[in-house]
Amino acid sequence: MEIFRTENLCVTYGEKEALKNIDLVIRRGEIFALMGPSGAGKTTLLRILNLFEKPTYGCLVFEGIRLNGTQTEKINARRKMSLLFQTPSVFNASVFENVAYGLKVRGADKRTIEKKVLNALTIVGLEGKEQQRARTLSGGEAQRMAFARAIVYDPNILLLDEPTSSLDPANVAMIEEIIKRIRRERGTTIVFATHNIYQVKRIADRVGILLNGELIEVNSIERIFEAPEDARTKAFINGEMIY
Amino acid sequence: MINAFSLIFSLNPYILSITAVSLKVSGTATLLAALTAIPLAFALSFCNFRGRQALITFVNTGMGLPPVFVGLFIFVMLVPAGPFGSLNWIFTPGAMIIAQYIIVTPIITGVSIAAIKAVPSSIMETAYTLGGTRKDTIFVTLHEARFGIITAILAGLGRALSEVGAILIVGGNVAYTGSVGGIGEGLSYTRTLTTAITLETSKGDISTSIALGILLITVVLFVNVLANAIQRGD
Amino acid sequence: MKNKYERVILVFFLISIFSGCIKQNELILVTTTSTCDTGLLDVVNKKFEEANNALIYTVCEGTGKAIATGELGAADVVIVHAVQAELNSVANKSFINRTYIMSNFFVIIGPESDPAGIKTAKNASDAFNKIAVKKQYFISRGDDSGTHKMEKSIWQAANITPAGTWYLSVGRGMMETITTADIKGAYTLSDRGTFLSMKEKIKLKILFESDMTFLFNPYHVMAVNPEKYPNVNYELAIKYIDYLASPSTQEIISNYGKEKYGEALFIPAVDNK
Repeated sequence: MEIFRTENLCVTYGEKEALKNIDLVIRRGEIFALMGPSGAGKTTLLRILNLFEKPTYGCLVFEGIRLNGTQTEKINARRKMSLLFQTPSVFNASVFENVAYGLKVRGADKRTIEKKVLNALTIVGLEGKEQQRARTLSGGEAQRMAFARAIVYDPNILLLDEPTSSLDPANVAMIEEIIKRIRRERGTTIVFATHNIYQVKRIADRVGILLNGELIEVNSIERIFEAPEDARTKAFINGEMIY
Repeated sequence: MINAFSLIFSLNPYILSITAVSLKVSGTATLLAALTAIPLAFALSFCNFRGRQALITFVNTGMGLPPVFVGLFIFVMLVPAGPFGSLNWIFTPGAMIIAQYIIVTPIITGVSIAAIKAVPSSIMETAYTLGGTRKDTIFVTLHEARFGIITAILAGLGRALSEVGAILIVGGNVAYTGSVGGIGEGLSYTRTLTTAITLETSKGDISTSIALGILLITVVLFVNVLANAIQRGD
Repeated sequence: MKNKYERVILVFFLISIFSGCIKQNELILVTTTSTCDTGLLDVVNKKFEEANNALIYTVCEGTGKAIATGELGAADVVIVHAVQAELNSVANKSFINRTYIMSNFFVIIGPESDPAGIKTAKNASDAFNKIAVKKQYFISRGDDSGTHKMEKSIWQAANITPAGTWYLSVGRGMMETITTADIKGAYTLSDRGTFLSMKEKIKLKILFESDMTFLFNPYHVMAVNPEKYPNVNYELAIKYIDYLASPSTQEIISNYGKEKYGEALFIPAVDNK
């Protein structure tokens, strides 16, 4: 079942074509990896999916609704998603207040907020730290808090932009565990951008290879690594391209 | 010197009334300035409208406005021969508040805008990705900038308390009969710590001047210490 | 505003601040620094306030500023001492009811050693001439006050335009000018009253005072013309003028300073027509 479908998506910044003719389908409940070298357009694509930016051309279908027009449709769609950046932006407040933000803007009541925030913190392994000033967290802790912040309102889809690139191995493992757990317990769809092949092998179901703004191949994990269809995919996987 | 301290600790009414006028005038002016400046900083930071650039230039010029010029301007406006003369506000604390308001508003606006600008755009983006509307993201930014904005207000207050030239012109340094020529039994009407120091020093009454000076520096120091504490709490 | 109480408090606050604009029994008096600094008005005005249940707001600036302020309508009554300027402002109908109330004399003060030797001067302009010739430090009020205008007329009579490093214009009140002259050991022109009130604190002495014609310093009180500015408190201004000219007040003036400084600082009008 589709959760996202892009049709002939194009994004151009002035002269530069950041994304060209993207036709992509994301299935509900899957963990989809978006791979490619730096500058390939991964971040741009994620921002389009999050409705953070508008495509220059083409259209986006989310849960069966073509997203072209009204503000209400867009806000409702956005509120079912989360987008996480490589380094989290932490509000100058307590951990609790940070994590509660998404629920606050959705108008949740105090009791619901308290329950869900504590629950989210437990999932990411930050229980007990609610009152700590968020700015005093370590890098790994901050990223986990950002995770809690992103899942506290039960989004249907989680978009992650290189979520572990700046973390040490212990925290990488923790984050990957959280990703798997959320999909397992809540059925959340997850799309994450990375250039870490090993990570892809560890947690993804399907992979899409993005090169110079073009989606050159989309396939399941096994087939991509064992029998890639495109020569460039093979080269990328073998580490032949510099990025 | 000892005389100066005894003036303070004996709670001399003249000295206390001068302090009260200083605090009342500067406090009110700063409050009104903050109520104007913060929404203005908000609008200039987030909204795009015709005349925005002109308004920014206006604010920047305002920050460097010579206070005596403001005093002169208000004086000319408020004398009976002037356009607002019928209000009868010349030589009143109200006129002093107006002058200080004009001097302080650009300062609070300018520093607040800088504080808002210092908030990284990733904060707004994060709020957006978490499902916030544009209005939500603006409030998040203001909340992140809150320490800077409070510092801006305190900077304005400090500036207002130190002001002397403009309020001398529009206020007239008036004390009720008994203290017209200096410390006596009359209380202050438009005499502030700064303008009183000017008067008492020019008359050679040094111990009264020192007493006033100590009070002035205490108040200003208190404001600065407060600003510092808030910044460090950030 | 969060609630009704805050709104009420704010309204009271605003009223208290702007209550200066409720002009019941209030008089705005703008005058020169010598009447203020000597403390004369603190004594004289008190009786008037009590007798008339009034409040006098005294603004001490300088004769030039006082006349200018009155011409702009921001005063009800002024007390100044610059005859020519006063006559001009009466001629252009800015002021009326000009009344002579007191006087003193100007004196030329300076260091006791008197390096310019003005003690032997023939008259005021001769004294100034000696100072200029010897290039001794001279402090000028420079603020267009009555004293300053007198000083300028003396220079004019001596046919001298004072300029050079020895001539310092400070733009301040009388007491401050005297203090500056004291520090620099300089000459200056002062009204006798202010000098007497500072005599104990400074080293300068009166070196020349015998030019009675030139150095005569009369003070007049004038009311701002209500035809020009209908909002002035003319009624109370007239009462004040009458009060100043009345025998009891004139007596207060004739005694003011005797106890504290050894002699009266001002001469009442009744004694010196």
